[in-house]
Amino acid sequence: MQTFFIIAILLLGFLITFQIAKASEYVSILRGEETARKQTNKINGFMLLAFLVLGLTGVYYCNEKLRGKVLGESASVQGVSIDTMLFITIAITGVVFLITQIALFWFAYKYQASDKRKAYYYPHNNKLEVIWTVIPAIALTVLVGFGIFYWFKITSEAPKDAMLVEVTGKQFGWEFRYPGRDGILGKKYFKNIDPANNNPVGQIWDDPANWDDIWFESKPLHLVVNKPVKLVIGSKDVIHDVGLVHFRMKMDAVPGTPTTMWFTPRFTTKQMIEKTGNPRFVFEISCDQLCGKGHTGMRGEIVVETQEEFDRWLASQKPQYYAAFPDKDPTAPQKDSVNAISKTSATTAVTQMKTTN
Amino acid sequence: MSDAMNVHPEVVTTHDVHHDEHHVHHHKETFITKYIFSQDHKTIGKQFLITGIIWAIIGGLFSVLFRLQLGYPDQSFPILQTVFGHWAEGGHIKPEFYYALITMHGTVLVFFVLTAGLSGTFANILIPLQVGARDMAAPFLNMLSYWFFFMASVVMISSLFIQTGPAAGGWTVYPPLSALGQASQGSKLGMDLWIVSMALFVVSALLGGLNYITTILNMRTRGMSMTRLPLTIWAIFFTAVLGVLSFPVLLSGLILLLFDRNLGTSFYLSDIVVNGQILPNEGGSAILFQHLFWFLGHPEVYIILLPAMGMVSEILSVNSRKPIFGYMAMLGSLFAIATLSFLVWAHHMFVTGLNPFLGSIFVLLTLLIAVPSAIKVFNWITTLWRGNIRFTPAMLFAIGFVSLFISGGLTGIFLGNSTIDIHLHDTMFVVAHFHIVMGVASFFGMFAGIYHWFPKMFGRYLNSTLGYIHFWVTMAGAYLIFWPMHYEGLAGMPRRYLDKSSWVSFTQFGELDKMITIVSIIVFAVQLMFVFNFFYSIFKGRKVTTKNPWGSNTLEWTTPIRPGHGNWEGEIPEVHRWPYDYGKDGREFIPQTEPVGENESKH
Repeated sequence: MQTFFIIAILLLGFLITFQIAKASEYVSILRGEETARKQTNKINGFMLLAFLVLGLTGVYYCNEKLRGKVLGESASVQGVSIDTMLFITIAITGVVFLITQIALFWFAYKYQASDKRKAYYYPHNNKLEVIWTVIPAIALTVLVGFGIFYWFKITSEAPKDAMLVEVTGKQFGWEFRYPGRDGILGKKYFKNIDPANNNPVGQIWDDPANWDDIWFESKPLHLVVNKPVKLVIGSKDVIHDVGLVHFRMKMDAVPGTPTTMWFTPRFTTKQMIEKTGNPRFVFEISCDQLCGKGHTGMRGEIVVETQEEFDRWLASQKPQYYAAFPDKDPTAPQKDSVNAISKTSATTAVTQMKTTN
Repeated sequence: MSDAMNVHPEVVTTHDVHHDEHHVHHHKETFITKYIFSQDHKTIGKQFLITGIIWAIIGGLFSVLFRLQLGYPDQSFPILQTVFGHWAEGGHIKPEFYYALITMHGTVLVFFVLTAGLSGTFANILIPLQVGARDMAAPFLNMLSYWFFFMASVVMISSLFIQTGPAAGGWTVYPPLSALGQASQGSKLGMDLWIVSMALFVVSALLGGLNYITTILNMRTRGMSMTRLPLTIWAIFFTAVLGVLSFPVLLSGLILLLFDRNLGTSFYLSDIVVNGQILPNEGGSAILFQHLFWFLGHPEVYIILLPAMGMVSEILSVNSRKPIFGYMAMLGSLFAIATLSFLVWAHHMFVTGLNPFLGSIFVLLTLLIAVPSAIKVFNWITTLWRGNIRFTPAMLFAIGFVSLFISGGLTGIFLGNSTIDIHLHDTMFVVAHFHIVMGVASFFGMFAGIYHWFPKMFGRYLNSTLGYIHFWVTMAGAYLIFWPMHYEGLAGMPRRYLDKSSWVSFTQFGELDKMITIVSIIVFAVQLMFVFNFFYSIFKGRKVTTKNPWGSNTLEWTTPIRPGHGNWEGEIPEVHRWPYDYGKDGREFIPQTEPVGENESKH
């Protein structure tokens, strides 16, 4: 590395001295200034053309080299729309890119200064200007049309049967809360937050909807394949962002202002391992909003699995309520009756909710 | 260039009596009044430029440092520890320091270089010279504008040397991160200094902007109607209007942030538990700051870009020896861009939980900007068509600007579309996009302007061989650095990640990151070469021997080679035509000061 540094510095020194030498040389040819100018003009005209050719080759080469490294097929239904929109945009902008760059460099090369030619006095042409106002306008209408169509589809209300999970960001990690059997996330208040007493997200224990809520952190979030999931996203301290690259989804986690996002996973983690051929594959949650010194490592994981696997996993999770009030935990002595008991506690919770309504 | 001698100062026939008393040597100047507290717009312009260059070196150097970290995350650079002490223990850049570096890189380049250094320089130098005025409307305020900028610089630099370091919340300083000292080292004293510095900067921008607008509206010479103004002046005019309308909004946002930080208010804070400490703040909105910030932040992009566009229009036309194509369309598109730039700020906020319907309106308005932008590109290309093009270094940078503006503008269509933005938001794609379209492109406009007007500023030429090397390396380098970076973004790699080793999804670009780092070091070295060329040529450059070396129509080339305070000896010339009569009626160029001949064709 050191050597690389030294080489870079040497290179710079070399360039400067070389150029000073060249500059004095330039002064010496000053007498033939006009011819020298014509020659550099030709060289630069040619360089522009060369840059166009090399540049376009480079664009092609870069794509060949890197396209295998970008994400494969979207792992969510919504992501498929996003990819479609991306391809439509690449196609349209790609054509514009080629036409304008080629015209720019080709004209620069072709119309380089020559004693034989006089510049053509051409101050304006209203027809032409109208044409190239209308054509971009049409192209953009297409893009806006598709864009807004997909945007509304993706940001619409989550389906009724969607699974519900709360995601809370903090410096520097993610916490998850499942609503439990009642399907309702219990109320919380930030001043109740008290990790020492097993209340890490500030649940209000008076709210029975909280009694079956499952909370955990530093473990993967579990989702069900082909089942829509709605994330309710919040933050404890600064703004974070739930970034899900494989699902193509993203939503800020803002303290004080809960946000939501929903999507439908298409593949299980196992399927993705097969598709990508990467045995280490895992769906990752990245924080996409600068949140402090640990931003770069604010990582979470998601496991997408079948309904059966999910049910089995969920059954092994304990509501946070029992961690806060171990004496209320009826399952502590007899492990086998987890399901039965939590079912009854859920039904009581539901009835209580009904009565309060 | 042989026509360069054909300038006609004798064409000036009008006599503006009260101007006659102005002469170049009409007041005694000391060193201090001439070079330091100068009220001469040309000197102030040079002060902005040189301060901007110093800032650009600092900001650029920061980027090289964090590129080292990105390209070689496992490597240790003992020299870093020597220079930065506990910020780089063991030769590794610490995360806090990394974020301080990127924050300063962004702040410095966006505000101090590409706002003050670019429009401060060229607005000051070009407005009086191109509209035909002795100086700015308010030379004293103009001087204050520079010195407020200087004070802002001093405060910002001082924040680099305090124990807790400078601001480290990104150049957008989103609260609560920037509001809570507990959340980040950089949000302690460094952040207060950042706010104070920016407040001084806003004062500077306002003093300058009001001056530019007043001068352009009121102090044009006889015959210089608004539609006879060069496009540079129009671009600077819209820039100044944008600045005057949007900078106060930033200032108000920052003052509220200062209150939240120091006085216990809750404008941006609500429901926060930081480091186990429950804060009392309730009812604030962190998103409010983003609205206030981007209400400046988006016009700011055009504050940076418009002067570059104006100068590029002028330089393309002069060196193609052809009028700019579609002057009125260029004007209209500038106006449209300036207006629309106020109506698109929320496209930076598609994933903040913004109401989707509101989001769709911002998609529409954002993509609408592509129409005037497309008009400009097509008009620039048509200006080249059938021209007789001289490739001066300025011209090459102008052509490079158009190329970069196309590339970066097109990727803006990806990000402005909220559907795609969901995926690409805050990824390296965004970094690549705005560096090309706003960073490098504006730098190209600035370089074009420096190479083109250097003879007017200092009476000497920049060395053009060094200029050509500067252009080609920077052009190739810019694409090598930022083009492949789009792929990192398409792969979803978030921006502002300094080490991807703990991730499964973002480790595939190690080689690419190394390549980008190496190229950026080379490009930075070449910029240093340009700086060398700049200062060397001020003193030792080839002397300008004709008043109008580029054979240009505009008024600045009718002044003496080294104009004194007051610009013109004798009265200010009268203007008779628009500035783009190149190649008309078989004549290579017809200066604005020449009356329209009887048999001249109409356009």
